Amino acid sequence: MAENKFAAYICSGCGIGDVLDVKGLEGTAKKDGKMAEVKSHPFLCNAEGVQLIKDDIANNGVTHVCIAACSRRAKTEAFNFPEVAVSRANLREGVIWVIAEGSDHDEIRQEMAEDYVRMGCAEVKKMALPDGNLKESSSKRILVVGGGISGMTAALAAADAGYEVVIVEKTGELGGFARNLVKRVPFSGPYAEPQATGVEDMAAKIGANSRITVHLNSTLAETAGAPGRFKAKIAQESGAITEELVGAIVQATGFTPYDVNKLTELGGGQDNVVDQAGLEALAKSANGGVIKRADGKEVKSVVFVQCAGQRGSGGNGNGHHLEYCSGHCCATSIKQAMYFKDANPDVDTVVMYSDLRVPGMGEDFYRSAQQKGVIFTKSKVNKVAGGGSCKVDFKDLILDEDTSVDADLVVLATGQVPNAGVNLDKWTEIVTLADGGDAAAKAQTIEMKKGSVLNLEYRQGPDMPQFKYGFADSHFICFPYETRRTGIYAAGPVRRPMDMLQAQEDATGAALKAIQAVENVEKGRAAHPRAGDLSFPKARLEGCTQCKRCTVECPFGAIDEDEKRFPVFNEERCRRCGTCMGACPVRVISFENYSCDTVGSQIKAVNVPDEFEEKPRILLLACENDAYPALDMAGLQRLTYSAYVRAIPVRCLGSVNTIWITDSLNSGYDGVMMMGCKHGDDYQCHFVKGSELAGYRMSKIGDTLKQMGLEEERVITHEVAITDHERVAKLINDYVAQIQEIGLSPMKF
Amino acid sequence: MTASIATNQTILVVGGGISGMTAALEAAECGKQVILVEKTPTLGGRTAQLYRYFPKMCHPTCGLEINLRRIKGNPNVKVMTMTEVTAVAGARGNYNVTLKVAPRYVNENCTACGDCGKAVTTEVADVFNYGQGKTGAKVKAAYLPHVMAYPQRYVIDPSIVGTPEGEAAKSACKYGAVDLGMKEETVQLNVGAVVWATGWRPFDANKIQPYGYDRYANVITSVEFERLADPHGPTGGKILRPSDGKEAKNVAFIQCAGSRDENYLRHCSRICCMATLKQTQYVREAFGDEGKSTVYYIDIRAIDRFEDFYAKVWQDKTVSFVKSKVARIAENAANGNPVLHGVDTEGYHRYATEHDLVVLAVGMEPEVKGVKLPDDIVLDSSSFIEGSKDGGMFGAGAAASPLDVNRAVQSATAASLKAIQVIHKSASTEAA
Repeated sequence: MAENKFAAYICSGCGIGDVLDVKGLEGTAKKDGKMAEVKSHPFLCNAEGVQLIKDDIANNGVTHVCIAACSRRAKTEAFNFPEVAVSRANLREGVIWVIAEGSDHDEIRQEMAEDYVRMGCAEVKKMALPDGNLKESSSKRILVVGGGISGMTAALAAADAGYEVVIVEKTGELGGFARNLVKRVPFSGPYAEPQATGVEDMAAKIGANSRITVHLNSTLAETAGAPGRFKAKIAQESGAITEELVGAIVQATGFTPYDVNKLTELGGGQDNVVDQAGLEALAKSANGGVIKRADGKEVKSVVFVQCAGQRGSGGNGNGHHLEYCSGHCCATSIKQAMYFKDANPDVDTVVMYSDLRVPGMGEDFYRSAQQKGVIFTKSKVNKVAGGGSCKVDFKDLILDEDTSVDADLVVLATGQVPNAGVNLDKWTEIVTLADGGDAAAKAQTIEMKKGSVLNLEYRQGPDMPQFKYGFADSHFICFPYETRRTGIYAAGPVRRPMDMLQAQEDATGAALKAIQAVENVEKGRAAHPRAGDLSFPKARLEGCTQCKRCTVECPFGAIDEDEKRFPVFNEERCRRCGTCMGACPVRVISFENYSCDTVGSQIKAVNVPDEFEEKPRILLLACENDAYPALDMAGLQRLTYSAYVRAIPVRCLGSVNTIWITDSLNSGYDGVMMMGCKHGDDYQCHFVKGSELAGYRMSKIGDTLKQMGLEEERVITHEVAITDHERVAKLINDYVAQIQEIGLSPMKF
Repeated sequence: MTASIATNQTILVVGGGISGMTAALEAAECGKQVILVEKTPTLGGRTAQLYRYFPKMCHPTCGLEINLRRIKGNPNVKVMTMTEVTAVAGARGNYNVTLKVAPRYVNENCTACGDCGKAVTTEVADVFNYGQGKTGAKVKAAYLPHVMAYPQRYVIDPSIVGTPEGEAAKSACKYGAVDLGMKEETVQLNVGAVVWATGWRPFDANKIQPYGYDRYANVITSVEFERLADPHGPTGGKILRPSDGKEAKNVAFIQCAGSRDENYLRHCSRICCMATLKQTQYVREAFGDEGKSTVYYIDIRAIDRFEDFYAKVWQDKTVSFVKSKVARIAENAANGNPVLHGVDTEGYHRYATEHDLVVLAVGMEPEVKGVKLPDDIVLDSSSFIEGSKDGGMFGAGAAASPLDVNRAVQSATAASLKAIQVIHKSASTEAA
């Protein structure tokens, strides 16, 4: 292997050379940074400046480059040298744009710039070029769990893009819930009439597609491994097991209608009170003719009760069973009212609703129903009595009066309950008890596992982590597929309540993500949100104390344990957030280009003045996605903050190892600030738990500070949003003032 | 010129908002070559102009930052801003696309140092802050569209090219980045599939005559209100009404302004109910218990788990709901307050209610409505893109249907795979 050669390039453009002594910085890079080559350029990001660096890499043996210029977020394309390790010292957004103008500040501004140059040099010296997590072979087949509309759509979508697909369906035929529908809500213009479901066509296409293998009457008995190398044990009803090697998984396990019998206040379980699925069954037996009840009587009047047992706490639904709205039910009831009207226009059809929810082109379908004579009544249903003649008591919200209506049949629009398998929060609770020797809990885990869909052999549990109300959704508005199990994507109503049109689109999107997962694994790189990252965690297991923190805290369930309780890293599941690195008390986990060392050496590289100089030094660890850009934008707007702060971007606050805090305080820093994303219910951390974990770890640091004889104010954590440009500047200034009030650290020497 | 940057294995994505960025990135991260063209000088589209998202009240720029980082780090995506598609010839798997690239007058040497902006005094409408509308926001004629703009490169407004102001901008630049001689260019591309992620525009409020957007200063649109609430907007985040700059504490929100009305937009725009519920919380954020929001609605369409957000706002004492389609707005000439007239259908009584400010929850109209598209494109009755007859072009996001951000991203991800299928088919046909 060729020898390492370190070089620093300092830009004097954008005013850097006007307010900083660039010659002095060159000296710093040479002397303190120990760079073999140091060059400055008046306009480093232009073609000539970039060429200077390229030439040094090509002809001069440079392997490590520190660029002291603008922020790492700026001129990224220009300073792109994939064949060498690169660090960026932020002299523009991080120094000259944020430190007050004028000669009064010359000295501290220059000191800040010198520190950033030292830090950039120190960091790059500890960096290695990641080579990716390359495995000898990986599977690109896609496993689709569930053969309903969503699953069939995902399977056909992936197969049409050239990928092999394996479908596992627990019943004896494809089609799922949609197979029992007479027709579906229209999905193309003119949105006036119900349309054929197309289920048979899709099933036939799948049967004829040589890329798709179908396992009927089958479930997943075990799913082991990781993206690119999942081993799925598929159990048939007969008990026979087939093993399939797959690269990624689409979970399209659909929904179960909420149990109508539980809606006793709305006549659930009584004669001639059915749910929407029950109505489809009656309509199916009518076969296009007049619809009859179970007792054979022709239905002359029907009432549809919307939001039956849904929209609980808002007080706008009918009943308090499910909190959410299932989205599809308004259009479904309209479609079902049309079944009656199309067979016999004289049938009275009344839809009782509080908010009719038919967005988009659904409005045309609603208009069409009104033209067919379907009556819509804004009302709150108080009681339904079933029987030979059903009675619906309701408050008419338009006429503002309590009244009632008789009907031959009442249809309750109940909600969707996701088939998402085991709730991992409950699972963890029970497993913890079982691990503690609780026999009842142990029995309960076995019982719980029977309800699992995926039966993942993951330390953190057998299914996808669930979001609110048990859906396997993503928490992120911009990234609907950003869930906590890499390479496993939920699609359709198991992810979120939805109609068939959305489910098909969702399934197509999930198929793409599955394809992307297998392509990424083949190239040894990370999935979203650090897409393309070739680094991955490496552990020196000989130093490991088997404390299990990394396996418990990994937000993505990437780390299992072997029988001796050593961590087993499944790199293909890893999202490269570094939470494991932050968790590790003995610091044996690192990435090639991001480690306890790359950050620790930056901390040590800062020149901490002695106490007589009265210049505090504050370490700022900032989340690279939100807090660090906010600091940059403070710069772009020329907001000023204190020159005593030294900022280091981190992948996530979850990656912050407490050694960085104790080391910096030990070496005389006066305070440590951390800026990360909001946590709690509306968390914004894209690594889910990172900022929360950091908050937790820092809450424990008080004892350490006490032992060191330091005030607890020396370490402070803030939740910061990317838009907090003014606020980050203010937080820094306020903290510096606070530290000056407390006094400089006694640890300086 | 014919660009050699693309082949029939390349996917063209038209529109650089959240849907276009998503469609481009999802394909690129599957290993496909993508060209992403955007008409304006910067990526981000309309989501970048939002202060917060419902229901988490988080900031759109957080996701934008992630997407920009993905773009910066992915050599498979080539971004062309200030670029429009003028013609598409050929067929599925092998299109010839003509692009028109407008001059930015600033080249890639730009470092965003801001010296040109300092040298210029002329101001133009600040499009990012809806300055052409009621906010009246202005920006220097040499400007960065917004702080998160990507490419991070200034733009010279054409109005100062050929004037001393233009020359001032040019001479202020130390890096030779201002190029006033730039001309409009035409570029020809060969691509295999096209994703139209051209997004939406707010329905023209002037057309809803009974609401008097054109006559009453204190009747504004929901997108303008979004900029007023944003601390980085033209009022520094203060909710000040246009007529007299006073704080608007009593705000009326009129739902379905244009939507669900065959005179204007026949479809429901889906997002407006949630957007209004969110904006009532801006009023609360600004004024606490002293703020007052009144929502005039037909149906509150807070679908799926968005219901939680509705339930929360419903509990908020500062927010009230009136089931009514407002008939007309008048103005109290003495104080400039808009007066809303209509009938509350719950109980059926007439009202004439005065507010400090009226926000029209304007509907989503496809950005391509009225624009000449390739003959092969199939539109629905509201001009949303259903796809192409030959199956090689797809609508994505709000270009395809009125969608919120989450659904738009889902739609764009799906469209991305459909484009990949086209590429895959033509590759396997050629291989055979």
